[in-house]
Amino acid sequence: MTAITHHLPDHLLASYAAGTLPQPFALVVASHVSLCDDCRASLEAHNAAGGVVLETTLEERLSKDLKASILAQLDDDFVREPVYEREGALPGPVMEALEGQPPKWKSLGLGVKQCIISAGENGSVRLLHIPPGQAMPDHSHGGLELTLVLQGSFSDEGGRFGVGDVEVANEDVEHTPIADAGDPCICLAATDAPLKFNSLMPRLLQPIFKI
Amino acid sequence: MNTQSALSQETQWMIAVRDNRDKAAFGALFDHYAARLKGFVMRSGVSSGQAEEIVQDVMLTVWRKADQFDPNRAQVSAWVYQVTRNRMIDMIRKERRPIPEELTQEPDPEPDASQSLALEQEATKLREAIQRLKPDQREIIERVYLGELTHQEISNQTGLPLGTIKSRVRLGLERLRHELKGMRS
Repeated sequence: MTAITHHLPDHLLASYAAGTLPQPFALVVASHVSLCDDCRASLEAHNAAGGVVLETTLEERLSKDLKASILAQLDDDFVREPVYEREGALPGPVMEALEGQPPKWKSLGLGVKQCIISAGENGSVRLLHIPPGQAMPDHSHGGLELTLVLQGSFSDEGGRFGVGDVEVANEDVEHTPIADAGDPCICLAATDAPLKFNSLMPRLLQPIFKI
Repeated sequence: MNTQSALSQETQWMIAVRDNRDKAAFGALFDHYAARLKGFVMRSGVSSGQAEEIVQDVMLTVWRKADQFDPNRAQVSAWVYQVTRNRMIDMIRKERRPIPEELTQEPDPEPDASQSLALEQEATKLREAIQRLKPDQREIIERVYLGELTHQEISNQTGLPLGTIKSRVRLGLERLRHELKGMRS
Protein backbone atom coordinates (compact mmCIF):
# COMPACT_ATOMS: atom_id res chain seq x y z
CA MET A 1 0.00 0.00 0.00
CA THR A 2 1.39 3.34 -1.00
CA ALA A 3 1.20 6.47 1.08
CA ILE A 4 -1.86 8.65 0.84
CA THR A 5 -1.03 11.70 -1.26
CA HIS A 6 -4.45 13.24 -1.96
CA HIS A 7 -5.97 14.57 1.25
CA LEU A 8 -9.13 16.37 2.30
CA PRO A 9 -9.06 20.17 2.01
CA ASP A 10 -9.26 22.01 5.29
CA HIS A 11 -12.65 23.62 4.75
CA LEU A 12 -14.27 20.18 4.45
CA LEU A 13 -12.63 18.98 7.67
CA ALA A 14 -13.72 22.18 9.44
CA SER A 15 -17.25 21.77 8.13
CA TYR A 16 -17.33 18.12 9.21
CA ALA A 17 -16.09 19.08 12.70
CA ALA A 18 -18.73 21.81 12.90
CA GLY A 19 -21.47 19.41 11.81
CA THR A 20 -22.48 21.39 8.72
CA LEU A 21 -21.28 18.96 6.09
CA PRO A 22 -24.14 17.12 4.33
CA GLN A 23 -24.25 13.46 5.26
CA PRO A 24 -23.01 12.00 1.94
CA PHE A 25 -19.80 14.05 2.21
CA ALA A 26 -19.55 13.40 5.94
CA LEU A 27 -19.41 9.66 5.15
CA VAL A 28 -16.46 10.24 2.80
CA VAL A 29 -14.71 12.40 5.42
CA ALA A 30 -15.23 9.84 8.20
CA SER A 31 -14.00 7.07 5.88
CA HIS A 32 -10.91 9.00 4.75
CA VAL A 33 -10.04 9.93 8.34
CA SER A 34 -10.32 6.24 9.24
CA LEU A 35 -7.53 5.59 6.72
CA CYS A 36 -5.45 8.76 7.05
CA ASP A 37 -3.64 9.73 10.27
CA ASP A 38 -2.68 13.07 8.79
CA CYS A 39 -6.30 14.15 8.29
CA ARG A 40 -7.24 12.58 11.64
CA ALA A 41 -4.75 14.91 13.29
CA SER A 42 -6.16 17.88 11.34
CA LEU A 43 -9.69 16.93 12.40
CA GLU A 44 -8.56 16.80 16.04
CA ALA A 45 -7.18 20.31 15.50
CA HIS A 46 -10.55 21.54 14.26
CA ASN A 47 -12.23 19.91 17.26
CA ALA A 48 -9.74 21.76 19.47
CA ALA A 49 -10.78 25.04 17.83
CA GLY A 50 -14.43 24.05 18.30
CA GLY A 51 -13.62 23.39 21.96
CA VAL A 52 -12.23 26.91 22.30
CA VAL A 53 -15.43 28.35 20.83
CA LEU A 54 -17.52 26.15 23.15
CA GLU A 55 -15.54 27.34 26.19
CA THR A 56 -16.15 30.98 25.28
CA THR A 57 -19.87 30.66 24.47
CA LEU A 58 -22.18 32.72 26.65
CA GLU A 59 -23.88 30.62 29.31
CA GLU A 60 -27.62 30.07 29.44
CA ARG A 61 -29.40 29.60 32.74
CA LEU A 62 -30.24 25.96 33.44
CA SER A 63 -33.42 24.58 34.96
CA LYS A 64 -32.95 24.02 38.67
CA ASP A 65 -33.53 20.28 38.59
CA LEU A 66 -31.42 19.46 35.50
CA LYS A 67 -28.28 18.50 37.39
CA ALA A 68 -30.09 16.31 39.92
CA SER A 69 -32.02 14.65 37.13
CA ILE A 70 -28.82 13.79 35.23
CA LEU A 71 -26.97 12.62 38.35
CA ALA A 72 -29.90 10.34 39.13
CA GLN A 73 -29.46 8.61 35.76
CA LEU A 74 -25.76 7.79 36.06
CA ASP A 75 -26.36 4.27 37.31
CA ASP A 76 -29.08 3.48 34.77
CA ASP A 77 -28.46 0.66 32.33
CA PHE A 78 -27.83 1.72 28.79
CA VAL A 79 -27.28 -0.02 25.51
CA ARG A 80 -23.98 0.59 23.77
CA GLU A 81 -24.32 1.37 20.11
CA PRO A 82 -22.82 -1.33 17.91
CA VAL A 83 -19.33 -0.63 16.59
CA TYR A 84 -18.85 -1.58 12.97
CA GLU A 85 -15.40 -2.89 12.11
CA ARG A 86 -13.63 -2.54 8.81
CA GLU A 87 -14.50 -5.41 6.44
CA GLY A 88 -11.89 -5.94 3.76
CA ALA A 89 -11.68 -2.74 1.75
CA LEU A 90 -14.69 -1.14 3.43
CA PRO A 91 -13.91 1.11 6.42
CA GLY A 92 -16.04 1.13 9.58
CA PRO A 93 -18.18 4.16 8.66
CA VAL A 94 -19.15 2.51 5.34
CA MET A 95 -19.97 -0.74 7.16
CA GLU A 96 -22.12 1.25 9.57
CA ALA A 97 -23.94 2.95 6.69
CA LEU A 98 -24.54 -0.53 5.22
CA GLU A 99 -25.73 -1.70 8.67
CA GLY A 100 -23.06 -4.38 8.69
CA GLN A 101 -24.33 -6.07 5.51
CA PRO A 102 -22.19 -6.66 2.43
CA PRO A 103 -22.92 -4.17 -0.38
CA LYS A 104 -25.78 -5.06 -2.72
CA TRP A 105 -24.14 -4.42 -6.07
CA LYS A 106 -26.22 -3.49 -9.11
CA SER A 107 -24.63 -3.96 -12.48
CA LEU A 108 -24.31 -0.95 -14.74
CA GLY A 109 -22.88 -3.07 -17.56
CA LEU A 110 -19.33 -3.82 -18.72
CA GLY A 111 -18.37 -5.06 -15.27
CA VAL A 112 -19.11 -1.71 -13.63
CA LYS A 113 -21.24 -2.05 -10.51
CA GLN A 114 -22.65 0.36 -8.00
CA CYS A 115 -24.29 0.20 -4.61
CA ILE A 116 -26.21 3.33 -3.66
CA ILE A 117 -25.78 3.92 0.06
CA SER A 118 -28.03 6.94 0.28
CA ALA A 119 -29.63 9.36 -2.12
CA GLY A 120 -31.77 12.30 -1.14
CA GLU A 121 -32.02 16.04 -1.20
CA ASN A 122 -28.66 16.33 0.62
CA GLY A 123 -26.98 14.58 -2.29
CA SER A 124 -25.99 10.99 -2.68
CA VAL A 125 -23.22 8.59 -1.85
CA ARG A 126 -22.49 5.24 -3.41
CA LEU A 127 -19.89 2.56 -3.80
CA LEU A 128 -18.52 1.99 -7.28
CA HIS A 129 -16.75 -1.13 -8.50
CA ILE A 130 -14.78 -0.54 -11.69
CA PRO A 131 -12.81 -3.25 -13.52
CA PRO A 132 -9.28 -2.37 -14.63
CA GLY A 133 -9.25 -0.17 -17.73
CA GLN A 134 -12.87 0.90 -17.39
CA ALA A 135 -13.98 4.48 -16.99
CA MET A 136 -15.83 5.56 -13.91
CA PRO A 137 -19.48 6.36 -14.56
CA ASP A 138 -19.90 10.08 -15.08
CA HIS A 139 -20.91 11.23 -11.65
CA SER A 140 -22.69 14.36 -12.83
CA HIS A 141 -21.16 17.76 -13.22
CA GLY A 142 -23.08 20.12 -11.07
CA GLY A 143 -21.60 20.71 -7.66
CA LEU A 144 -19.06 19.08 -5.41
CA GLU A 145 -17.89 15.50 -5.90
CA LEU A 146 -15.69 13.56 -3.50
CA THR A 147 -14.27 10.22 -4.61
CA LEU A 148 -12.34 8.11 -2.10
CA VAL A 149 -10.44 5.05 -3.30
CA LEU A 150 -10.95 1.98 -1.10
CA GLN A 151 -9.32 -0.67 -3.31
CA GLY A 152 -7.15 -0.58 -6.44
CA SER A 153 -6.52 2.80 -8.03
CA PHE A 154 -7.65 5.12 -10.80
CA SER A 155 -5.98 7.82 -12.82
CA ASP A 156 -7.27 10.93 -14.49
CA GLU A 157 -6.20 14.47 -15.35
CA GLY A 158 -5.73 15.08 -11.60
CA GLY A 159 -3.13 12.32 -11.21
CA ARG A 160 -3.13 8.80 -9.81
CA PHE A 161 -5.39 7.99 -6.87
CA GLY A 162 -4.61 4.94 -4.74
CA VAL A 163 -6.15 3.47 -1.59
CA GLY A 164 -7.04 6.23 0.84
CA ASP A 165 -6.66 9.03 -1.68
CA VAL A 166 -9.60 11.33 -2.16
CA GLU A 167 -10.30 13.35 -5.30
CA VAL A 168 -12.17 16.60 -4.85
CA ALA A 169 -13.86 17.86 -7.99
CA ASN A 170 -16.42 20.48 -8.83
CA GLU A 171 -18.18 21.60 -11.96
CA ASP A 172 -15.07 23.47 -13.10
CA VAL A 173 -13.11 20.25 -13.35
CA GLU A 174 -13.54 18.04 -16.38
CA HIS A 175 -12.12 14.66 -15.53
CA THR A 176 -12.38 11.11 -16.79
CA PRO A 177 -11.21 8.67 -14.13
CA ILE A 178 -10.08 5.28 -15.47
CA ALA A 179 -9.40 2.31 -13.21
CA ASP A 180 -5.75 1.25 -13.35
CA ALA A 181 -4.50 -2.27 -14.03
CA GLY A 182 -4.57 -4.63 -11.07
CA ASP A 183 -7.41 -5.15 -8.62
CA PRO A 184 -10.81 -3.76 -9.55
CA CYS A 185 -11.11 -0.22 -8.25
CA ILE A 186 -13.63 0.26 -5.45
CA CYS A 187 -14.51 3.87 -4.64
CA LEU A 188 -16.82 5.70 -2.31
CA ALA A 189 -18.26 8.59 -4.32
CA ALA A 190 -20.42 11.41 -2.98
CA THR A 191 -22.02 14.28 -4.82
CA ASP A 192 -24.49 17.02 -3.97
CA ALA A 193 -25.96 16.99 -7.46
CA PRO A 194 -28.87 14.64 -8.15
CA LEU A 195 -27.86 11.27 -9.56
CA LYS A 196 -28.35 11.22 -13.30
CA PHE A 197 -28.79 7.63 -14.29
CA ASN A 198 -29.21 8.42 -17.99
CA SER A 199 -25.86 10.03 -18.25
CA LEU A 200 -24.17 6.82 -17.14
CA MET A 201 -24.93 4.97 -20.31
CA PRO A 202 -23.19 6.99 -23.03
CA ARG A 203 -19.92 6.86 -21.17
CA LEU A 204 -20.31 3.16 -20.54
CA LEU A 205 -21.03 2.50 -24.18
CA GLN A 206 -17.66 3.98 -25.00
CA PRO A 207 -15.33 1.92 -22.87
CA ILE A 208 -11.78 3.03 -23.05
CA PHE A 209 -9.40 0.11 -23.19
CA LYS A 210 -6.27 1.48 -21.72
CA ILE A 211 -4.68 -1.17 -19.56
CA MET B 1 5.80 18.75 40.91
CA ASN B 2 4.05 15.80 39.40
CA THR B 3 2.82 16.39 35.88
CA GLN B 4 -0.63 14.92 36.53
CA SER B 5 -1.44 17.70 38.99
CA ALA B 6 -0.27 20.31 36.45
CA LEU B 7 -3.09 19.30 34.11
CA SER B 8 -6.16 21.51 33.98
CA GLN B 9 -8.96 20.86 36.44
CA GLU B 10 -11.29 19.73 33.65
CA THR B 11 -8.78 17.09 32.52
CA GLN B 12 -8.29 15.85 36.06
CA TRP B 13 -12.08 15.62 36.56
CA MET B 14 -12.48 13.76 33.30
CA ILE B 15 -9.72 11.28 34.20
CA ALA B 16 -11.39 10.74 37.59
CA VAL B 17 -14.69 10.04 35.83
CA ARG B 18 -13.01 7.68 33.37
CA ASP B 19 -10.83 5.75 35.81
CA ASN B 20 -12.78 5.92 39.08
CA ARG B 21 -16.38 6.61 37.96
CA ASP B 22 -16.13 9.61 40.27
CA LYS B 23 -19.56 11.24 40.53
CA ALA B 24 -18.29 14.31 42.34
CA ALA B 25 -15.86 14.93 39.48
CA PHE B 26 -18.73 14.43 37.03
CA GLY B 27 -20.73 17.01 39.00
CA ALA B 28 -17.82 19.43 38.65
CA LEU B 29 -17.73 18.82 34.89
CA PHE B 30 -21.46 19.48 34.76
CA ASP B 31 -20.99 22.77 36.62
CA HIS B 32 -18.24 23.78 34.22
CA TYR B 33 -19.87 22.79 30.94
CA ALA B 34 -23.65 22.49 31.17
CA ALA B 35 -24.61 26.18 31.04
CA ARG B 36 -22.09 26.84 28.25
CA LEU B 37 -23.38 23.82 26.37
CA LYS B 38 -26.91 25.09 26.64
CA GLY B 39 -25.83 28.48 25.26
CA PHE B 40 -23.90 26.75 22.49
CA VAL B 41 -26.80 24.50 21.50
CA MET B 42 -29.31 27.36 21.59
CA ARG B 43 -27.21 29.28 19.05
CA SER B 44 -28.48 26.74 16.52
CA GLY B 45 -32.01 28.00 17.08
CA VAL B 46 -33.53 25.25 19.22
CA SER B 47 -35.79 26.00 22.18
CA SER B 48 -34.56 26.15 25.74
CA GLY B 49 -36.36 22.88 26.47
CA GLN B 50 -34.83 20.98 23.59
CA ALA B 51 -31.41 22.48 24.37
CA GLU B 52 -31.63 21.02 27.88
CA GLU B 53 -32.57 17.62 26.47
CA ILE B 54 -29.43 17.78 24.34
CA VAL B 55 -27.30 18.95 27.28
CA GLN B 56 -28.61 16.01 29.29
CA ASP B 57 -27.81 13.63 26.46
CA VAL B 58 -24.32 15.06 25.99
CA MET B 59 -23.51 14.90 29.69
CA LEU B 60 -24.76 11.31 29.96
CA THR B 61 -22.66 10.44 26.89
CA VAL B 62 -19.63 12.01 28.59
CA TRP B 63 -20.26 9.72 31.56
CA ARG B 64 -20.98 6.58 29.56
CA LYS B 65 -18.27 6.95 26.93
CA ALA B 66 -15.63 8.31 29.28
CA ASP B 67 -13.41 5.33 28.39
CA GLN B 68 -12.97 6.89 24.94
CA PHE B 69 -11.46 10.04 26.42
CA ASP B 70 -7.71 10.18 25.85
CA PRO B 71 -6.03 13.32 27.20
CA ASN B 72 -3.01 12.61 25.00
CA ARG B 73 -5.14 13.17 21.90
CA ALA B 74 -7.79 15.70 22.85
CA GLN B 75 -8.52 18.24 25.54
CA VAL B 76 -11.80 17.84 27.39
CA SER B 77 -13.36 20.82 25.59
CA ALA B 78 -12.44 19.40 22.15
CA TRP B 79 -13.84 16.01 23.12
CA VAL B 80 -17.05 17.50 24.54
CA TYR B 81 -17.39 19.61 21.39
CA GLN B 82 -17.21 16.48 19.25
CA VAL B 83 -19.70 14.59 21.43
CA THR B 84 -22.05 17.59 21.31
CA ARG B 85 -21.92 17.74 17.51
CA ASN B 86 -22.69 14.03 17.26
CA ARG B 87 -25.66 14.30 19.59
CA MET B 88 -27.00 17.47 17.92
CA ILE B 89 -26.93 15.83 14.49
CA ASP B 90 -28.66 12.73 15.87
CA MET B 91 -31.30 14.65 17.84
CA ILE B 92 -31.99 17.74 15.69
CA ARG B 93 -31.33 16.47 12.19
CA LYS B 94 -32.45 12.91 13.02
CA GLU B 95 -29.48 11.55 11.12
CA ARG B 96 -26.67 9.29 12.20
CA ARG B 97 -23.44 11.18 11.85
CA PRO B 98 -20.78 9.04 10.18
CA ILE B 99 -17.93 8.69 12.70
CA PRO B 100 -14.33 7.70 11.89
CA GLU B 101 -13.08 4.36 13.19
CA GLU B 102 -11.63 4.59 16.66
CA LEU B 103 -7.90 4.14 16.87
CA THR B 104 -7.16 0.83 18.47
CA GLN B 105 -4.82 1.34 21.33
CA GLU B 106 -3.76 -0.52 24.39
CA PRO B 107 -4.31 1.30 27.67
CA ASP B 108 -0.99 2.74 28.70
CA PRO B 109 0.21 0.82 31.78
CA GLU B 110 2.27 3.79 32.93
CA PRO B 111 0.36 6.86 31.87
CA ASP B 112 2.64 9.76 31.16
CA ALA B 113 0.98 13.12 31.58
CA SER B 114 3.64 15.04 29.70
CA GLN B 115 1.97 14.49 26.31
CA SER B 116 -1.39 15.57 27.76
CA LEU B 117 0.29 18.60 29.25
CA ALA B 118 1.92 19.51 25.94
CA LEU B 119 -1.46 19.22 24.21
CA GLU B 120 -3.05 21.48 26.83
CA GLN B 121 -0.34 24.04 26.28
CA GLU B 122 -1.05 24.01 22.55
CA ALA B 123 -4.75 24.45 23.29
CA THR B 124 -3.97 27.45 25.49
CA LYS B 125 -1.90 28.97 22.69
CA LEU B 126 -4.72 28.26 20.26
CA ARG B 127 -7.19 30.04 22.53
CA GLU B 128 -4.86 33.02 22.82
CA ALA B 129 -4.35 33.07 19.06
CA ILE B 130 -8.12 33.15 18.52
CA GLN B 131 -8.51 35.89 21.11
CA ARG B 132 -5.84 37.97 19.39
CA LEU B 133 -7.65 37.90 16.04
CA LYS B 134 -9.32 41.05 14.81
CA PRO B 135 -12.99 41.10 15.86
CA ASP B 136 -14.32 40.38 12.36
CA GLN B 137 -11.98 37.42 11.90
CA ARG B 138 -12.75 36.11 15.33
CA GLU B 139 -16.43 36.28 14.52
CA ILE B 140 -15.85 34.19 11.40
CA ILE B 141 -14.04 31.55 13.44
CA GLU B 142 -16.89 31.49 15.94
CA ARG B 143 -19.43 31.16 13.16
CA VAL B 144 -17.48 28.30 11.56
CA TYR B 145 -17.38 26.23 14.76
CA LEU B 146 -20.85 27.20 15.93
CA GLY B 147 -21.98 25.55 12.69
CA GLU B 148 -23.36 28.70 11.09
CA LEU B 149 -21.43 28.44 7.82
CA THR B 150 -21.72 25.82 5.08
CA HIS B 151 -18.60 24.14 3.70
CA GLN B 152 -18.91 26.40 0.67
CA GLU B 153 -19.07 29.50 2.84
CA ILE B 154 -16.05 28.32 4.84
CA SER B 155 -14.20 27.72 1.60
CA ASN B 156 -15.05 31.26 0.44
CA GLN B 157 -13.47 32.79 3.56
CA THR B 158 -10.16 33.11 1.80
CA GLY B 159 -8.01 31.53 4.40
CA LEU B 160 -6.75 33.94 6.95
CA PRO B 161 -8.44 32.97 10.20
CA LEU B 162 -8.57 29.28 9.30
CA GLY B 163 -4.95 29.51 8.24
CA THR B 164 -4.04 30.98 11.62
CA ILE B 165 -5.75 28.16 13.44
CA LYS B 166 -4.23 25.56 11.27
CA SER B 167 -0.66 26.81 11.60
CA ARG B 168 -1.11 27.23 15.35
CA VAL B 169 -2.47 23.77 15.81
CA ARG B 170 -0.08 22.22 13.29
CA LEU B 171 2.70 22.60 15.81
CA GLY B 172 0.86 20.40 18.24
CA LEU B 173 -0.14 18.08 15.46
CA GLU B 174 3.40 17.17 14.55
CA ARG B 175 3.68 15.60 17.96
CA LEU B 176 0.23 14.09 17.74
CA ARG B 177 0.92 12.56 14.36
CA HIS B 178 4.12 11.06 15.67
CA GLU B 179 2.13 9.42 18.42
CA LEU B 180 -0.59 8.21 16.07
CA LYS B 181 2.06 6.51 13.98
CA GLY B 182 3.28 4.74 17.10
CA MET B 183 -0.22 3.43 17.79
CA ARG B 184 -0.59 1.97 14.34
CA SER B 185 2.72 0.16 14.21
